[in-house]
Amino acid sequence: MLAYIIKRIFYAIPILIGVNLITFMLFFMVNSPDDMARAQLGAKQVTPELIQSWKEERGYDKPLFINTKEEGLSKVTHTLFVQESLKLFSFDFGFSDSNRDIGADIKVRMIPSLSIALPTFIIALITNISLALLLVLFRGSLLDTSMMVVAVMIMSISGLFYIIAGQVLFSKIWHWVPISGYESGWDGVKFILLPVFIGVFAGIGSGVRWYRSIFLEQINQDYVRTARAKGLSEIKVLFGHVLRNGMLPILTGVVVIIPSLFMGSLIMESFFGIPGLGSYTIDAINAQDFAIVKAMVFLGSVLYIVGLILTDISYTLFDPRVKL
Amino acid sequence: MQTGILKIYICMMIYVSLHADVWNNPHSKEQSASNTLFTSFSLSPKRLDPVISYNANEWAFISQIYEPPLQYNYLQRPYKLEPLTLTQMPTIRYLNKAHQEVDENDEDVAFSEYRLTLRDDAMYQDHPAFVKDAQGDLLYGTLSKEALEKIDTLNNFEKQGTRHLKAEDYAYAIKRMGVRANHSPILDSMQTYIVGLKAYTERLNKIVKEKKKKGEKLDLRDYDIEGVKVIDEKTLVIEIKGKYPQFLYWLSMNFFAPIPWEADLFYQQKGLVAKNLTLNWFPVGTGPYYLAENNPNKQMRLLKNPHFHDERYPASDSEDAGKKLPFIDEVIYSLEKESIPLWNKFLQGYYDASGISSEAFDQAVQISSSGAMGLSEEMQQKDISLMGSVQPSIFYLAFNMVDPIVGGYSDEAKKLRQAISIAINEEEYISIFMNERGIAAQDVIPLGIFGHEKGEEGTNKVVYDWIDGKRVRKSLAVAKKLLAEAGYPNGISKKTGKPLKLYYDTTATGPDDRALMDWYRKQFDALGIQLVIRATDYNRFQDKVRKGKAQLFSWGWNADYPDPENFLFLLYGANASVDTNGAGINSSNYKNPLFDTLFEKMKTMKNSHERMEIIRQMIQISRKDAPWVWGVHPKSLALSHAWYRNVVPNAMANNTLKYKRIDASLRVKKQQEWNQPVIKPLYFIGLFILLLIFALRYIYKNRQNRVILQEEREC
Repeated sequence: MLAYIIKRIFYAIPILIGVNLITFMLFFMVNSPDDMARAQLGAKQVTPELIQSWKEERGYDKPLFINTKEEGLSKVTHTLFVQESLKLFSFDFGFSDSNRDIGADIKVRMIPSLSIALPTFIIALITNISLALLLVLFRGSLLDTSMMVVAVMIMSISGLFYIIAGQVLFSKIWHWVPISGYESGWDGVKFILLPVFIGVFAGIGSGVRWYRSIFLEQINQDYVRTARAKGLSEIKVLFGHVLRNGMLPILTGVVVIIPSLFMGSLIMESFFGIPGLGSYTIDAINAQDFAIVKAMVFLGSVLYIVGLILTDISYTLFDPRVKL
Repeated sequence: MQTGILKIYICMMIYVSLHADVWNNPHSKEQSASNTLFTSFSLSPKRLDPVISYNANEWAFISQIYEPPLQYNYLQRPYKLEPLTLTQMPTIRYLNKAHQEVDENDEDVAFSEYRLTLRDDAMYQDHPAFVKDAQGDLLYGTLSKEALEKIDTLNNFEKQGTRHLKAEDYAYAIKRMGVRANHSPILDSMQTYIVGLKAYTERLNKIVKEKKKKGEKLDLRDYDIEGVKVIDEKTLVIEIKGKYPQFLYWLSMNFFAPIPWEADLFYQQKGLVAKNLTLNWFPVGTGPYYLAENNPNKQMRLLKNPHFHDERYPASDSEDAGKKLPFIDEVIYSLEKESIPLWNKFLQGYYDASGISSEAFDQAVQISSSGAMGLSEEMQQKDISLMGSVQPSIFYLAFNMVDPIVGGYSDEAKKLRQAISIAINEEEYISIFMNERGIAAQDVIPLGIFGHEKGEEGTNKVVYDWIDGKRVRKSLAVAKKLLAEAGYPNGISKKTGKPLKLYYDTTATGPDDRALMDWYRKQFDALGIQLVIRATDYNRFQDKVRKGKAQLFSWGWNADYPDPENFLFLLYGANASVDTNGAGINSSNYKNPLFDTLFEKMKTMKNSHERMEIIRQMIQISRKDAPWVWGVHPKSLALSHAWYRNVVPNAMANNTLKYKRIDASLRVKKQQEWNQPVIKPLYFIGLFILLLIFALRYIYKNRQNRVILQEEREC
């Protein structure tokens, strides 16, 4: 397995270079270093001297991909792309254009993002699987049909509606929880109740339908009939056999998400005042802060690749036939 | 099992009923009851370095921490400067080229010398940078790796110190401004005024690069600016080229706030920079507050500076008259990006003050049939106050004066612009798109700034008539007549026979902006002119404006200081954007030699009859040339709760927190009253879940048994 992981890590290098190349091209297609300087320096009293000095300070005076002023290999190495990419591959994210250490900021903002994303993920997974198994238990009944209708309805409504409706109902009308805010530690539990509940509820529709279809595929298999023939109760059949065998397709979709939980959720964090990573990239794009944009895109790609590797590894745990 | 669940449910409901306290308070009980102001910010600050920051959002914080030499009187109108850290207003001497004193009105005035005398009792907040060892060196000036490992915030330093404010701190601030690498936005402007600043910047450029290469600290005490002299510990002299009376206004801005050299050297340590502990993020000032917590993504917390100098509430007729400032002990700013949570928290009493977003406008404000603005019944019941004031700002629609169609100074071009100025109904715009939060501008100078006139004198007779003591917009017939005289009868060009097509560049590209764009089209359509909207991103838009490639565009300006020069220079020819490589602020590229001559004369004058007369002439010239559709001076509206006192709108002053007061006991009482939890739904939800569990259990059991029986029968 170790050889497989090392091989996958090497495969990741060209992918990351490609992602980085596209990020550079797209960003500088829309923004020039002069525009970036203006965005950072403000609208008033911005002189060409000030812009030039800002660019020099941050290395944006260098050419993007080819430095015609240099000779030999330096033509390529003395460019913004190579110099900034090398730093990224050593996980040195450097400083944002507003002079904050990006690595330190990511570390600080990751925790609030996780404090919402992780409980939402775990509770949603348990709830959706449990409800799906319940529906499989009562398959074909009125309960199953009506729950499917409700699931489609939940899916059809925008997540933003749940956030606003949840805030109005639970905070404004019933006064149960604060409408927004964040605290670390136990004091923060009251702040995460509502976003977690909304996150779970908004995902129930799609989650339950998906898991239900996976379990229904298993329910008519021979091994299930055998289990029943042994005299096992339906609940034991579902949790002991159907769930275990249904885990493989579930893992494909779920494990890959785990590393991206660090990246947070833009809308949720914005509405609930969670100081996480959700809006970090979008804010940086709006502020034309390339240092943050490239760091976050790179980190996102790395996490996604890690997610895929983890998925492959998890297969071996649930299906002994799979070997890496 | 069923009875067990039932018991748990009943116990939970009893517990909930007995603990029916306020549940939705985002602050702790102790905080709500303390002398703390709760407010919000919607944009994370990017820089809190006074020499760099030029943004109202950031000044809201740093103006409470740093103290420039002067400030605006909190209550007096028109706005008036007064000493803040000085014993008196700066004394000004006028000098000729030989540095001999001459009269202010003497034509030989070559330099102005501003003498600043500091008060004795101004002291810095406690900070580790001030702590010295037995040898007199900075104790934390060169932190070892081991020491840095234990440090994440400034609170991790064992010792904190303070010291008195010195004249050299103000000199040091100007020296920091002069370092190009610090990117002070006013450096280029100040280089034209402060003697020797330009030469200093050029000298420092090389030194800064060398020091950076070697990884050495830059101690600016080793370098001097010719025109900035520290006479003694409490006296500073700044020499200005020629006469520049507006320099006093600059002295009230944070760019001129003092920087202690100890703090600058302390924060240059690489280990601290890597932990985001920099002067840019952790200010060191003498103001009424210091920054106790800096998390721009969540919360900024200010605490009262225990060393703040003696300053008293300025009003004579208030219960707080003569009382020592500041009144509030702690200020908590929370990041609120969305307007819905912000507004609801304000209504719940968890924020002490709020602006009014367009979504909340109808809930908060009602407009009477006479057009007067008042609070809605809901707000009145909560004893909320409404404050409104016209901002020293202008939002206008500019004609590019170098454009071959709408630009130029011929009679025809002027008439075309005048016709459009009449057709664009600003009153309608204010009513539809601004909820009446603005007044139609008559010229470039807003209300409250010297040069602004009310009544008939202040009416733009090109666009309005003065009838029965009221301004009445000229009719479309007048506009059409002007358009015909301009060579476009009914919007058709006499020369080409084709309809006149104009292009409006805008960044308003979202679906919400569609109504506004349609409205603009309708205004032009009334004259038979076709308006083509060219939606573009902000970078391209700015580029077009800088290069004079946009034909029509909307733009705005907020006052730096309350002087007519700060608005009239938007039309000064030498500031034309196309001639200054985009650095000029005259974005419409308006150039009228007479206007420019008058501007040059007016700009260094003190407010007087003579100055007023010149301003009148300038305004008349610009109204006739019509380089702008004058647009709107916006009105700001703010709401505050009954427990938030001494709230007075002051558009120029940013350091106003120290005057405000909180009645925390009233706040707690109202929060309790407005936020009692509604418990009934909790009972029902609990009961519903219980019933569901029982029902499912029953169905399941039944089903299991039923299957067995059926199978038995078949056997």
